Amino acid sequence: MSAFTAVLARDLRLAARRRIEALLPIAFFSVALSLFPLGVGPEAQTLRQIAPGIVWVCALLAAMLSVTQLYAADYADGSLEQMLLCGDSAVVIAAAKALAHWLLTGLPLILIAPLFGLLFDMQGDAIAALTFGLLLGTPILSLLGGVGAALTLGLRSGGVLLILLILPLCIPALIFGAGAVSAVVSGISPQGHYSLLGALLIVTALLAPWATAAALRISTE
Amino acid sequence: MSSSPIRLFTFAAPSRFYGLAGALTPWFWVATIALAAAGLYIGFFVAPTDATQGEAYRIIFIHVPAAWVSMVLYMAMAFWAGIGWAFKARLASMVARAIAPTGAMFTFVALWSGAFWGKPTWGTWWVWDARLTSYLILLFLYLGYIALVEAIDDTRRADNAGALVALVGAINVPIIYFSVKWWNTLHQGATISATTAPKMASTMLTAMLLMTLACWAYAFAVVLTRTRAIILERERHADWVATLAREGSK
Repeated sequence: MSAFTAVLARDLRLAARRRIEALLPIAFFSVALSLFPLGVGPEAQTLRQIAPGIVWVCALLAAMLSVTQLYAADYADGSLEQMLLCGDSAVVIAAAKALAHWLLTGLPLILIAPLFGLLFDMQGDAIAALTFGLLLGTPILSLLGGVGAALTLGLRSGGVLLILLILPLCIPALIFGAGAVSAVVSGISPQGHYSLLGALLIVTALLAPWATAAALRISTE
Repeated sequence: MSSSPIRLFTFAAPSRFYGLAGALTPWFWVATIALAAAGLYIGFFVAPTDATQGEAYRIIFIHVPAAWVSMVLYMAMAFWAGIGWAFKARLASMVARAIAPTGAMFTFVALWSGAFWGKPTWGTWWVWDARLTSYLILLFLYLGYIALVEAIDDTRRADNAGALVALVGAINVPIIYFSVKWWNTLHQGATISATTAPKMASTMLTAMLLMTLACWAYAFAVVLTRTRAIILERERHADWVATLAREGSK
């Protein structure tokens, strides 16, 4: 467990020393979301209807754009290879890295999502459903993104490639996350959507660190 | 070496598989042409006009076979890529990479022919229906695999990374399929149910099965040819390829 906490603490400390860089995904999320009322038009009715979907899509894109840097710096300066050689399981490193990514991008997104809910004229219970869905769903994005980041290490067009590889796999999280809000708005219980999101989170948490570890071994051998 | 009996893994050696694939390819082409000719003849001249859809339903003879073949090809690609990764079987990885473009092509044909079928029968080129959307995602999975293996210069890393992506995609295909299904309940009816007399339905079914076999024969022919090209490219430093090139240039 010590390797887990060490990698996690290291990533968080690195982020704390480059604060502006750590805030970039949130900035992207906010700017991207602000474009929609300009493009679609400011009618409250339309915005309320599309808000859950576009918040989720922007969260997906923010996660995919930021996750490319998860292993890149460590790979470039060789510390990733040292970490893999030091005897601790690569699975533990992958899990710690995914958690660090979620704490640095997923959690802030969840914190400011309610604010955008208000800007898009959503009701209180819909905002709560959106936030809870993001809480269950964003860890899935960080875990899957880790697989993509490990696979595309050091490739010329890694960033775009990662998006092409991983976004199709994120579709279930998007569907159930946005679906929970629609269920609340139309007066149905969102319980089923939460359960499916939770199930997806458990399955991803069980499988993705292993896939990431395998991908890291493939990419660094 | 040539006198040893054929065993289970005899053709796992790229040099022997090269010969076998070369011998089989012409037969698959013959089968493709014969089956497609028979299937198209029955489909266009023997099978009757559909009671509700008119002549437009005849798109089924390319649409459904392409859809079937593209789905099974994805599983075959993931299977061979996984075998190549787990057992370091070079030929299996080569076959997986040879399957991908053909699978993507059939997925595209299924989507494209579906759009042409949708316009006269549903009145629209595209609906965000469960089956259509999950098919589009299958195309993205194929494209992701192809893009990844093409982006990595090191052959071994490309094969293994591609295998991981193909296997993760294979796990996700059912999840994506069901999530999309629950997301939007608008769903097209069963495609094979013909409302006409059983005798007529059977000619339609015959044509469709013949076209499916034709698509399979085509897939085998193209995949084997592409595998041969990949074998030559990767084994270009081997003696047998040099011998082959010398004999060919004479």
